[in-house]
Amino acid sequence: MELALWTYEGPPHVGAMRIATSMQDVHYVIHAPQGDTYADLLFTMIERQQRRPPVTYSTFQARDLGEDTANMLKETIKKAYDRYQPNVLMVGESCTAELIQDQPGSLARGMGLPVPVIPLELPAYSKKENWGASESFYYLVRYVLASATANISANSSPHSKEETLINAKPRPKANILGPSSLGFRCRDDVVEICQLLDQVGIEVNVVAPLNATTPQLHRIPDADFNICLYPEIARTLCVWLEKTYQQPFVKTVPIGVGATVRFIEEIEAITGIDASSVKQIDRSRLPWYARSVDSTYLNGKRVFVFADGSHAIAAARIARDELGFNVVGLGTFSREMARDVRAAAAEFGLEALICDDYLTVEQHIEELHPELVLGTQMERHIAKRLGIPCAVISAPVHVQDFPARYSPQMGFEGANVIFDTWVHPLLMGLEEHLLHMFRDDFEFNDSVAPSHLHGGEHGGKHAADHGGKQRGTQARQDTTHVDTDYAQPLVAHNSDAMLQDQPIPTSWTKDAENELKKIPFFVRGKARRNTEAYAQSLGQSEISIETLYDAKAHYAR
Amino acid sequence: MNAPVLCDIPITVERGQREVFCGLTGIVWLHRKMQDAFFLVVGSRTCAHLLQSAAGVMIFSEPRFATAIMQEKDLAGLADANEELDRIVHRLLQRRPDIKTLFLVGSCPSEVIKLDLAKAAERLSASHQGRVNVLNYSGSGIETTFTEGEDTCLDALVHAAPYTDQSQLIVVGTLPDVVEDQFARLFESSGIAEAAGKVAFFPPRRAEHIPAIGPNTKFILAQPFLNITRRTLIGRGASHIPSLFPFGINGTLAWMRAAADAFDVAEANISKACEAPIARAEKALAHYRETLAGKRLWFMPDSQLEIPLARFLQQECSVDLQEIGVPYLDRQTMNSELSCLPQNSSIVEGQDVDEQLDRIRKNQPDLVVCGLGLANPLEAEGIITKWSIELVFTPIHGFDQAGDLAELFARPLQRKQRLRV
Ligand code: SF4
Ligand code: SF4
Repeated sequence: MELALWTYEGPPHVGAMRIATSMQDVHYVIHAPQGDTYADLLFTMIERQQRRPPVTYSTFQARDLGEDTANMLKETIKKAYDRYQPNVLMVGESCTAELIQDQPGSLARGMGLPVPVIPLELPAYSKKENWGASESFYYLVRYVLASATANISANSSPHSKEETLINAKPRPKANILGPSSLGFRCRDDVVEICQLLDQVGIEVNVVAPLNATTPQLHRIPDADFNICLYPEIARTLCVWLEKTYQQPFVKTVPIGVGATVRFIEEIEAITGIDASSVKQIDRSRLPWYARSVDSTYLNGKRVFVFADGSHAIAAARIARDELGFNVVGLGTFSREMARDVRAAAAEFGLEALICDDYLTVEQHIEELHPELVLGTQMERHIAKRLGIPCAVISAPVHVQDFPARYSPQMGFEGANVIFDTWVHPLLMGLEEHLLHMFRDDFEFNDSVAPSHLHGGEHGGKHAADHGGKQRGTQARQDTTHVDTDYAQPLVAHNSDAMLQDQPIPTSWTKDAENELKKIPFFVRGKARRNTEAYAQSLGQSEISIETLYDAKAHYAR
Repeated sequence: MNAPVLCDIPITVERGQREVFCGLTGIVWLHRKMQDAFFLVVGSRTCAHLLQSAAGVMIFSEPRFATAIMQEKDLAGLADANEELDRIVHRLLQRRPDIKTLFLVGSCPSEVIKLDLAKAAERLSASHQGRVNVLNYSGSGIETTFTEGEDTCLDALVHAAPYTDQSQLIVVGTLPDVVEDQFARLFESSGIAEAAGKVAFFPPRRAEHIPAIGPNTKFILAQPFLNITRRTLIGRGASHIPSLFPFGINGTLAWMRAAADAFDVAEANISKACEAPIARAEKALAHYRETLAGKRLWFMPDSQLEIPLARFLQQECSVDLQEIGVPYLDRQTMNSELSCLPQNSSIVEGQDVDEQLDRIRKNQPDLVVCGLGLANPLEAEGIITKWSIELVFTPIHGFDQAGDLAELFARPLQRKQRLRV
């Protein structure tokens, strides 16, 4: 057994869900209990997907266990197929079903459905999400290609490799493999890389799995080479495609100016194309911004990097070579990428931190006292708690990491985005010095946190109001709908949020004062002022609990 | 007490894919209520991931819950699961000396492999004698649905409660502290507290102070999902005060009256104590009535709060109920509530999520109350939703929250009116 507080990766069937959800015409049936349907919200809430993930769960219960769960699963498969009519059906199980051994994959294959049925066996007690995604993607493509050779639908592919060669000076074709649902900035990276390839003179053959269809997967062998954009998801497949279809693949992940140039060089080597006009580092503003005098103070900043393998390695290189930072720690939660990250860390004279225990990562950060943390959603929280500026560079992510604006990480524009997102928290860090300088000014007080650390939510006030300095004993929260909603009516009519707990003009009874303390600290000041204003408007000099609630009702709307 | 006549409103039962959380989710609010308790799920990576995803926006630096994730070797018998569990618990308790109660929470995997957590709890309690009380309950998805995880947790607490023959009133069901305090004041001012001898809330704010229970205990439910706990309390000699649940003015007033009745407190006292809060609630509710009146509402099965909330919205906000889905139904617990619903209400027990969505598309309700997995896809189809999970995280009980409760449903409708994109 392994003790986990927060996990970096979900179980492997969630990885399979990411592949199914990325595709447009695949359905995935999972033999699983009802609670496992929580995974839908990852897609609909975090990624704000507009459709439900194409996933059906058997949702067996304890009372079904004595009976025939296998039959129940068959019914689920039948109903799901009839309703959704997918081109491919993936069938698998989650941790619980693995124990009852109904063999969902072979059950489904025995049902004689008219589409390829892909049995997914993803060991839930030893593997994790990214591995599950990678395996599912690999099997999906293998099965689809196998069914293509057996099936006339292969004719839907417009031209074979030979035909392409006969055409006059065709552009070399590449598949972009790996971008997926819930991946970090995949949506925009694909756009950026497609543009870059176009400039280099490469035709994009298939992008998968993101927004792909199975007929498109049939065409994968038509490409001259593959681009393994996210090795976590696509490396297994790329290696197999290389062996089976002699398609070489580009291994550099084009994050950062240097990596983007190396990425183009790899393509040049594979295709013989000369792309020197595209391969210009000043196509990104990063190199000049990094050299401008303003950035001098960035040099030597101590940076801690922790992410999935490819983003961690890329980030460390950018930090050192393109911003002049000092990388003091490098690690990943991904066991599959451990070897790559160890090798990269060696370049920096560091020992890689390979671990998926949030507390250990936190401890490392604490000990290394970096000035900037580049990490995942988890590290953002660690950094916030320690008051260290932080930028998110990799999944696992939160809803805010799916920005409305275009913000790729890859290619030359990606480097611009990276410059802004990493340097911004540091610039804001300057504010801290100002706060120190003015700490005795009445307008400021030392409980005001730098604005980039979410204002008062994470500042000194927090500890003071909750008496929660002792870590762990006081649950610490970033936002709670509970409290905000509760206090809403009391704060609705006041605008200045930050200054609070000012001297008391009207007198509060002890009970009312205690009641006030139950309102969350970040709106308490407003609640107090509104109540006082309300009391004064009625000419009351003493505020009781009744007054407090009367005011709450008064301001409700 | 004679069993009351059960309301005979018809119920449709549906079977198919369910789209609800499992009982583990209750940990998200239970651990905040009992601040000296730690919840250790014995399960899989899926369980850990569910908890983390359900906790959603509320990320604590070091939460008072965790998962002991079973590995291949635990299942293959290479490691003794019990020894492994003991090792993890020892480590945990060393790290967290502030923990006074440890809940071992069963999951689907632990139940399928028949890991005996009751025995483990006994063993661990004995080996940490006096330092920490180890209890166990099931939050598994094969046994429990969403809020039912609170039911099984409180049931474990009832089993662990000491005996008393003192007369008292116990309010059962997790309430936010601020709501508890409001109720405590109402019990004081109405004279119920005095007549009862003592009022206690269950679960307690500190798990080490479990209220004692016995034959002179009368209890009233504050939450509608506590069927198992209710039966166990009765088994321990306590008597149940049946009532509406304290949502909205009607629910809260009926609830106060039921408690008063049970202790022979005069009706006049209740009217007097509730007068001012009711006036405030009326005032607050008035803000939302216009938005809600006549709106066609649809509840997807989720938290078990569906029926009482439907009653509140129908009676006090004049909404039009289209379908009320519930994951499961205990007619005994819901009896008073059911009899307040219009006789022609369409109540569906169980779930086939695809069929339900088809019905929603066909009927085009004005507002669908549903879980997080369904909300955005429905919004994308132009159907306004309210996330049901907010209903279990937000203070919604009692007079002083009636307005807030109505607002939760009014807000998405108001947003629809505001947006021009
Ligand atoms: S449904 Fe079962 S396996 Fe899934 S998260 Fe809940 S307890 Fe764990
Ligand atoms: S800080 Fe706010 S946005 Fe960031 S994870 Fe916490 S709740 Fe979400």
